[in-house]
Amino acid sequence: MKISVIIELKKDVLDPQGKVIHQTLDGMGFKDVNEVRQGKYFEIDVKENDPKKGKLIVEDMCKKLLANLVIENYKIIEIQ
Amino acid sequence: MKSSVITFPGSNCDRDMSVALNKFGFKNEMVWHNDTELPKSDLVVLPGGFSYGDYLRCGSMASKSKIMKSVINFAKSGGLVMGICNGFQILVETGLVPGILLRNKYLEFICKNVFVKVDNKDNTYFKNINKTVLKFHIAHNEGNYFCTKDQLNEIEDNNQIAIYYCNNNGQTEEQFNPNGSLKNIAGIFNKEKNVLGMMPHPERMIDQSLSGEDGSVFFKNLINNIK
Repeated sequence: MKISVIIELKKDVLDPQGKVIHQTLDGMGFKDVNEVRQGKYFEIDVKENDPKKGKLIVEDMCKKLLANLVIENYKIIEIQ
Repeated sequence: MKSSVITFPGSNCDRDMSVALNKFGFKNEMVWHNDTELPKSDLVVLPGGFSYGDYLRCGSMASKSKIMKSVINFAKSGGLVMGICNGFQILVETGLVPGILLRNKYLEFICKNVFVKVDNKDNTYFKNINKTVLKFHIAHNEGNYFCTKDQLNEIEDNNQIAIYYCNNNGQTEEQFNPNGSLKNIAGIFNKEKNVLGMMPHPERMIDQSLSGEDGSVFFKNLINNIK
């Protein structure tokens, strides 16, 4: 079963890469942007077939390795 | 006095650190990350470099390697553990010291000499050191120290800030902050002050012909404090 995870920076953490991307978009003529925040995306294929159990396993991974909860939040976005 | 330097895949300051430790009287042993047991040590050093290619977050993979279980136990039983640069990043990922090192504020890899102010001499690392401002070298892409407001309150209440970025007179204004670190923090302790993480490299300042000798001041003082 494939589970997708998005890791994003918490709102009060500075994201200099997002800022530069925003400035570059602005320079290219995309004037409708309020803010850009850059994150990470993981697609994890787990052996577990029960979506609930699979989600719990991936949550544990997020807490222990994939995200640093001082600065990041994780979101499990898709279970196939 | 015995020291151990841990080598992770991608460490590149491990041998420099070993040279520095041996020069000032430690009997150093190199320890591979896949080992499970630490040799008997008075000091354990996590060196600089790019462990695991900085994948995921700097230091995150190394913090889960086999030897780190022993290092964490050693630290929790009061042993001296020092993390320099990538070693500092590994320490924050283990949770032994609070906070995290973010990408430098201006997105540049910074490689230069800086001054740091020693604020807290009530610990084994800086006790009796005869200088308050030290000239060290930094070389990093992720050295921008960050922690939550609650963590910062706790760090300040417990005097856990070890060194601040400053100018040669010890002034710690924002303009002397190379990387955007919160409060100009260049290094912090754990609550008990037996664990020190810092971005600057004292091992690069142990010979006048290379760049300076404030690292010598640091290491000589450290070994005297441990003896």
